[in-house]
Amino acid sequence: MKLIMAIIKPFKLDEVRESLSALGVQGMTVTEVKGYGRQKGHTEIYRGAEYAVSFLPKLKIEVAVKAEMADAVIEAISSKAKTGQIGDGKIFVTQLAQVVRIRTGETDGDAL
Amino acid sequence: MKISISKRLVLGALASVATLVATAGSALAATPKIDSGDTAWMITSSALVLLMTIPGLGLFYAGMVRRKNMLATMAQSFGATCVITVLWMIIGYSIAFTPNPDASWNPYIGGFAYLFLKPMALNAVSSLAPTIPESVYMFFQMTFAIITPALIAGALADRMKFSSFLWFMSLWLLLIYCPIAHWVWGGGWLGTYGALDYAGGTVVHLNAGTAGFVVCLMLGKRIGYGTENMAPHNLLFSVIGASLLWVGWFGFNAGSAVTANVNAGMAAAATQIATAAAALGWMFSEWLIAKKPSVLGMISGAVAGLVAITPASGFVNPVGALIIGVAAGVVCYISSVWVKKLLGYDDALDTWGVHGVGGALGALLTGAFASNAINSSAKGWLIDGNFGQMWIQFVDVAAVFVYCGVGTFIILKVIDMVIGLRVSPEVEREGLDINLHGETVHG
Repeated sequence: MKLIMAIIKPFKLDEVRESLSALGVQGMTVTEVKGYGRQKGHTEIYRGAEYAVSFLPKLKIEVAVKAEMADAVIEAISSKAKTGQIGDGKIFVTQLAQVVRIRTGETDGDAL
Repeated sequence: MKISISKRLVLGALASVATLVATAGSALAATPKIDSGDTAWMITSSALVLLMTIPGLGLFYAGMVRRKNMLATMAQSFGATCVITVLWMIIGYSIAFTPNPDASWNPYIGGFAYLFLKPMALNAVSSLAPTIPESVYMFFQMTFAIITPALIAGALADRMKFSSFLWFMSLWLLLIYCPIAHWVWGGGWLGTYGALDYAGGTVVHLNAGTAGFVVCLMLGKRIGYGTENMAPHNLLFSVIGASLLWVGWFGFNAGSAVTANVNAGMAAAATQIATAAAALGWMFSEWLIAKKPSVLGMISGAVAGLVAITPASGFVNPVGALIIGVAAGVVCYISSVWVKKLLGYDDALDTWGVHGVGGALGALLTGAFASNAINSSAKGWLIDGNFGQMWIQFVDVAAVFVYCGVGTFIILKVIDMVIGLRVSPEVEREGLDINLHGETVHG
């Protein structure tokens, strides 16, 4: 099993969710986050006082899938979240040791 | 009055016919001609001016501070409103707007006969406002006395103890505002001298701005000023606050006619024109220099215009209002953004840059643009050729600036020695809301 975590541009969420649903992904967690990467921040000016805003708002999505689905999910996210502009985000993939569905007590593949 | 006269007629056996006629005659002469239209407008105006402070000014300021100090900033407007209301009832109105029986003192301070408003009977009328009940005039002037000290809160934001703030508001009201209001409006020396201040360019705005300048220098800069992010936490509140100020200001300026007449109408028109012009003046200056027309710039410009047209509103024609507005937008932009940066003082929300500079500018331009055709009690320089008015306006500005500056310094020194002015660095870092008031804004 794999845990796929992706940082994406906020307005790309719906496209990504639709493509993952089409692949059969059953669930997803979304968090509003701030961070920086290659994309520069911007400057805000209030009555002449300038503030550099270096942390930009992004969305973090987390999806747990069976190992054989991982490549298709990664491909779907990277194609749908892509604008070609700097700041499109990143995808992080890790091995997933255990999954439990709280309601039924099902584990691992049955719980995904 | 008719009832009392007929009672006297019933008891007429004890009095001669001549006495009766004289009594009835003097009673009729003393009968105040209270006008219902004027009274309705002045109660409305008083409520509008109160709306300027709570929630108008409170929201305008609270939106500009950081989230951790938002409630503390609202508490300053609200707390000032309540403390000043009570003090105005106890002594403020008496020393500002009632005559001093000692003629040698009357140019400087009013009398003490109106302590606790005791002589203010149901039918009482002030000679300063002969067509409305004195209760309404006292209330109207109370709302001015409330907003003037409350304006100072913009300069001391984010770092003053609430206890010291309330002491400061109280002492400043009685020792600075009340005397100056008496000088200009209450029969004192500046009004007699001929100073034109329709609704408080010097009495209210230069006065509050000067006090703001002094208090921000004495408190010192906020921790992290110039290095940490102090961006306004929610400008939407400031937009709502500025809009409420704009609406409430019709009570302030048009209400200062103290009647519902042609002067009130022209003051309302001048106020609207100058405010819009100043918002555009600030916006286009900023657009040109800083490349973007900010929302904070537009609302700041509008407030600057309201401030500058305040002394002029009942004296100038619409073209005068337009010019004063544009000048206020441009000049207050320069003072709040560039001059502040150059000199490096931390006037947190620009009480001096907007109210001090805008008030002084408006007072001087009142001398230039006042028109005898608009107000028969005024003769200005450019339209009526009365250059002397410029000197009178300058004296008005200088007197308020010097008296307020020195007096504010002394008041703050005394408070600082007794209880201290500023919160501890830990409290300032963590926020005033949780530490001073035990509350925070959730959600």
